[in-house]
Amino acid sequence: MKALRWYGKGDIRCETVLDPQIEEPRDAIIKVTSCAICGSDLHLYDHFMPGMQKGDIMGHETMGEVVEIGSSIKNLKVGDRVVIPFTIICGECEQCRRGNFSVCERTNRNANLAAKVFGHTTAGLFGYTHLTGGYPGGQAEYLRVPYADTTHIKVPDGLRDEQLLFLSDIFPTGWQAAVQCDIEPTDTVAIWGAGPVGQMAIRSALLLGAKQVIVIDCVPERLSMAQAGGAIPIDFQEESVIERLNELTRGRGPEKCIDAVGLEAHVSMKHPDTVLDRAKQAVMLETDRPHVLREMMYVCRPAGVLSVPGVYGGLLDKIPFGAVMNKGLTIRTGQTHVNRWTDDLLRRIQEGQIDPSFVITHTVALEEGPQMYETFRDKKDGCIKVVLKPH
Amino acid sequence: MARHRQMQSYKTRSQGSAETLARGLGWFSLVLGAAELFGAKSMASWLGVERQEGLIRAYGAREVATGIGILSQRDPTAWVWGRVAGDALDLATLGNALRDRHAHHDRVALAFGAVAGVTVLDVVCANALTGQNAQPARRFDYSDRSGLPRPPNQMRGAARDFEVPRDMRIPDALRPYRQPQRIGRPQPSM
Ligand SMILES: NC(=O)c1ccc[n+]([C@@H]2O[C@H](COP(=O)([O-])OP(=O)(O)OC[C@H]3O[C@@H](n4cnc5c(N)ncnc54)[C@H](O)[C@@H]3O)[C@@H](O)[C@H]2O)c1
Ligand SMILES: [Zn+2]
Ligand SMILES: [Zn+2]
Repeated sequence: MKALRWYGKGDIRCETVLDPQIEEPRDAIIKVTSCAICGSDLHLYDHFMPGMQKGDIMGHETMGEVVEIGSSIKNLKVGDRVVIPFTIICGECEQCRRGNFSVCERTNRNANLAAKVFGHTTAGLFGYTHLTGGYPGGQAEYLRVPYADTTHIKVPDGLRDEQLLFLSDIFPTGWQAAVQCDIEPTDTVAIWGAGPVGQMAIRSALLLGAKQVIVIDCVPERLSMAQAGGAIPIDFQEESVIERLNELTRGRGPEKCIDAVGLEAHVSMKHPDTVLDRAKQAVMLETDRPHVLREMMYVCRPAGVLSVPGVYGGLLDKIPFGAVMNKGLTIRTGQTHVNRWTDDLLRRIQEGQIDPSFVITHTVALEEGPQMYETFRDKKDGCIKVVLKPH
Repeated sequence: MARHRQMQSYKTRSQGSAETLARGLGWFSLVLGAAELFGAKSMASWLGVERQEGLIRAYGAREVATGIGILSQRDPTAWVWGRVAGDALDLATLGNALRDRHAHHDRVALAFGAVAGVTVLDVVCANALTGQNAQPARRFDYSDRSGLPRPPNQMRGAARDFEVPRDMRIPDALRPYRQPQRIGRPQPSM
């Protein structure tokens, strides 16, 4: 089959590899009908996440049709239409039973490695680093799904792939980002990053009833899409983020702040700390560029919440924890517990409360994936979200 | 409903001469920066501005950071502009030294000339990179892509039926109280 494989910084290739096989009784193989490129893939593409190996198959936003099942699978049959969450879950460990699926204790086959780096293991993830199990991803014609009896979301016919695909990641991610803000009707929610995750967070915060949703980015078309979803845009290249946020909240600061940017904050002379971070990254004194975290900690209203879906990888410098402590801020973060939200979100899609396909700007064949990584990363051609069609 | 744009013909930007010049300037920054960092003392005495040793060292650190920035960035434009700003600072400092009675004026003038020369290169390079990046001003208008069935204002709170799970609620102590808190007697949790 054909698959997109990682070979190093900026080097993704579409190559022919062996078809996946059933390896365990709880496995299933799905024929991929649609998959997408995520901002998290860009951290791998730019090689800021450790633990990738040459030839790894990318992709963790995948859906398709079951074509083969392992001997112990009872709740799936050949022909079923499924969306695959990016987190692989056993459904039985204590964390899974609590709904903390992204820290499932059993599915990471490199649990020891993860424990060395993070103190404890986290769940296995598709198409991500070997720290999370090194499972081949779904930017391919076929995908092996381990623990498939729990690691799936059954979806009905009658809705298009494009409306359902994002249940795999970005819709639940934006949703959880807003949910963990515990939004009150009086709240201002400020969201950094108008990428796909930010777009989903904007709609979620609005639906959950925020009084005011503000979005911060510098890409005009992303800001225009954010505005379409009801957000007030701030272009950080044109205006001072802190000043504007204080203006819009009459000096009090937003009660809830969401970081939908992560470790690759834009490097710009307007934010000198990012220039320093970039230099430190180059000489391996720091792994991430936490400009957005610094800004949120500073501007958030005392007793507010910082919600961090944006991905960070390692060690961060000059974090104003004094502000967090003295203002009594709450920080909530984590990879998304996808399956915790998907039943509810599928219902909302079916009822027409939201149609997540609005975010798609490019639909191409799998072979064109490598160029699309570059287009998406560099925000060329108005690109916000890419869907790949392997068949 | 989202309209799907099909992929358009695609070309990577050619590695132009501006990039090559930028790389050269990046290495120049690194070497000069290292010289300033480690040879600040002799440089200061050569120019006759012994009291400025610390400043020279700080400028060296700046040069090294800029050099790393230029060499490590996919798009070095901002960093080359950073060099231009640094040049301005250098020129201003050297200009001041010209007014310093103790400085060796001939040597300071020599250094001034050298920096001015490099400044020209920096400006040329930064300009070329900036022009090159300026993409054909095609605007993408996504103002019709709300993803919502009705205007955002009418959708506000449509999902208030959702109950935030216990582990994701904000601590009660941080929740705005409906009634003012009585000091010394916490309100029962809501
Ligand atoms: N927690 C999870 O489970 C989860 C799931 C999916 C994605 N993510 C992460 O969420 C983040 C966003 O993903 P995405 O797909 O939207 O990626 P993206 O790269 O398309 O979006 C990031 C956006 O941030 C903007 N940005 C950069 N610097 C900024 C700054 N200083 N201030 C404001 N905006 C800035 C960029 O212009 C861009 O539009 C990534 O870190 C990704 O890894 C996390
Ligand atoms: Zn993702
Ligand atoms: Zn588990």
